[in-house]
Amino acid sequence: MASPRRVLADLKVFIRGYTRSKIGLFFSLVFPIILILLFGAIFSGGNGGPINVYVENRDGGPVSVAFVKALDNKNTTRVTLVEGNQNLSQYLLSHSANQGVLIPSGFTQDYLSNTTVNVIVYTNPADTSSPIVYETVNGIVTSFNAANSTRLHSIGINQLNIKSQTYKYIDFLIPGLVGFSVLTSPMFSLVNISSEYKKTKLFKQLSLTPLTKTEWLTSKVIWYVVLGIISFFLMTQVGSALFGAHLDYALMIIPFLVIGPLFFVSLGMLVGMVSKSVESAAVVGNLITFPMMFLSGTFFPVSLMPMYLQNIAHGLPLFYLIDGLNQVMIYSNFSQALFDLELMFVLSAIAFVFAVAFFKWRED
Amino acid sequence: MSAIEVSSLEKLYGQLKAVDGISFSVRKGEVFSLLGPNGAGKTTTIEILEGLRQRDGGQISVLGADPWKKGYQLHKKLGIIPQGFTFFPKATPREAVTYYSTLFGVKNDPDVILRKVILDDASKVYFENLSGGQKQKLGLALALVNSPELLFLDEPTTGLDPQARRNMWDVIRGLEKEGHTIMLTTHYLEEAEVLSDRVAIMNHGRIITDGTPADIIQKHGSGERLEVRGDEMLADYVREKTGFDVTYDAGNVSVRLRDKRDAVIALASIDQSGLPWKDLRTRHDSLEDIFVKLVGGSLEEGGTIKRSSDKSNLARETTTR
Repeated sequence: MASPRRVLADLKVFIRGYTRSKIGLFFSLVFPIILILLFGAIFSGGNGGPINVYVENRDGGPVSVAFVKALDNKNTTRVTLVEGNQNLSQYLLSHSANQGVLIPSGFTQDYLSNTTVNVIVYTNPADTSSPIVYETVNGIVTSFNAANSTRLHSIGINQLNIKSQTYKYIDFLIPGLVGFSVLTSPMFSLVNISSEYKKTKLFKQLSLTPLTKTEWLTSKVIWYVVLGIISFFLMTQVGSALFGAHLDYALMIIPFLVIGPLFFVSLGMLVGMVSKSVESAAVVGNLITFPMMFLSGTFFPVSLMPMYLQNIAHGLPLFYLIDGLNQVMIYSNFSQALFDLELMFVLSAIAFVFAVAFFKWRED
Repeated sequence: MSAIEVSSLEKLYGQLKAVDGISFSVRKGEVFSLLGPNGAGKTTTIEILEGLRQRDGGQISVLGADPWKKGYQLHKKLGIIPQGFTFFPKATPREAVTYYSTLFGVKNDPDVILRKVILDDASKVYFENLSGGQKQKLGLALALVNSPELLFLDEPTTGLDPQARRNMWDVIRGLEKEGHTIMLTTHYLEEAEVLSDRVAIMNHGRIITDGTPADIIQKHGSGERLEVRGDEMLADYVREKTGFDVTYDAGNVSVRLRDKRDAVIALASIDQSGLPWKDLRTRHDSLEDIFVKLVGGSLEEGGTIKRSSDKSNLARETTTR
């Protein structure tokens, strides 16, 4: 039977050690803030490069293809084609995009038959790039109309605003970095601790006390839950104060901040225990952590990735943590968040049981 | 009444018999030492007794219990310093004692325990900044927090400087006076001789002799000896003239004495030889002499055996030069 007194005693001594090691605190609390400042600055609306424009070409004829080619001029605008027959407005919302162009079906035929046809330009009035995109599209329309000398205005522009709230990159970045923090702090720490304690035989020493493996592991989970909550608070406050992040706060965030550390503490423990040396544990830990970090939607939405990478992402636990946080904090889509949470819960329970099972106090 | 009973204990690592059918007992209130070189099987034996390793054969009882099956309950009655004791680098000795006290569910004044092991002056220093001797003392302090009936000290002074080692001995002697039963492993012969009530010498997984240090010396020793510094020619001369048991090792000529008159005869022979000699002394065999005799070499600082033939080669080299 686990004793809360021993868990607390172990937690206390671990927190002291952790907080006295400046490196651990730096990576848990300061590093994610630095990433927010860095990525926030990079993606906070500056126009240093070509503006990305999502284009859905429902026509596919030679004139529409030429129109898209003209828009993809590399200097001012860069085209990302949206496949299929989608609701472009919703697509732009889900991709945190501020500009899009819809070329309707029959565009080529209408143009060639001198029938008036409109392209739809979706813009965000709050975004400084939107007028540039509109003017660029307008310039292309003018040149196409000039080329078609029989009618003055065969192509027109219908400008629409992107509906709903305006999402910014920072809105997606913060839940991603919360997930990043929940992943990296316990993973790196536990991989290192478990392999190091195994090497120095500190686990063996602890086995000579009444402390149990479950109690030891529980105290680590508690600490990383606390650290995750502090980190969450710091990141959301910095993101809101400096970059005007719009995030919804709901109680459903809390279970993600509890189950996330439970999973990654267990995973870190497992990696450390099955590795033969501290060095190999670090390598295996990095091999698991870094791909998961970049493929799970930490820094950019998974939907932007090629389909095969998206499939890989859907096999990664961090994806469900970040997706769950996105669903709660951005879309307020609690049913999807609940699905993510349930999946994380099952994975975490399995990982915890395996971690305890592979965690050997005694004989090497 | 025995605190520990071991009968035909065996432990295999693959094909290697690390512990090969050893038997011994440790009485309550005594200091019992397992003495031997690295790889003799001392740590494996003590770890089996602590419940850290499972045995492959034989019977053991520690405070009346099987340590592998009842380890969790037994550890509450044991105090243990494992070999190469370590702790959380950023914890102080005071915090460490408080931590262990909480784990064991006992109330202790950390300062009292740290004073007992002479570590009160470093009670607020991080573990990573303690000296080797201080770290071992902390190990001892933690082994004491639960007022154990039985203490296992696995090479508690390995790697310490002579002064730190002697400080540790003082602490262990103090614990013995308080009535603690102590099982010690060491590769320091002097340590075993000074601290132990009884000693078992281990080599290649077997106990080659055991008993009190005096009993072992009596049983395996060669009585009183007269020794001088001289060369091998002197040893040959005395052996030829007196017919005594004379040995030569590394510039040391040693004559075994049956009675006091033998000393006079041997000395006269040395004087008559006309060969150079110096540093006359008589002495009894020490535990180290017995160890060399039984194991076939002396123990180095790191616990490895230096064979007698190595010494002879070295002596020859020195003589030639």
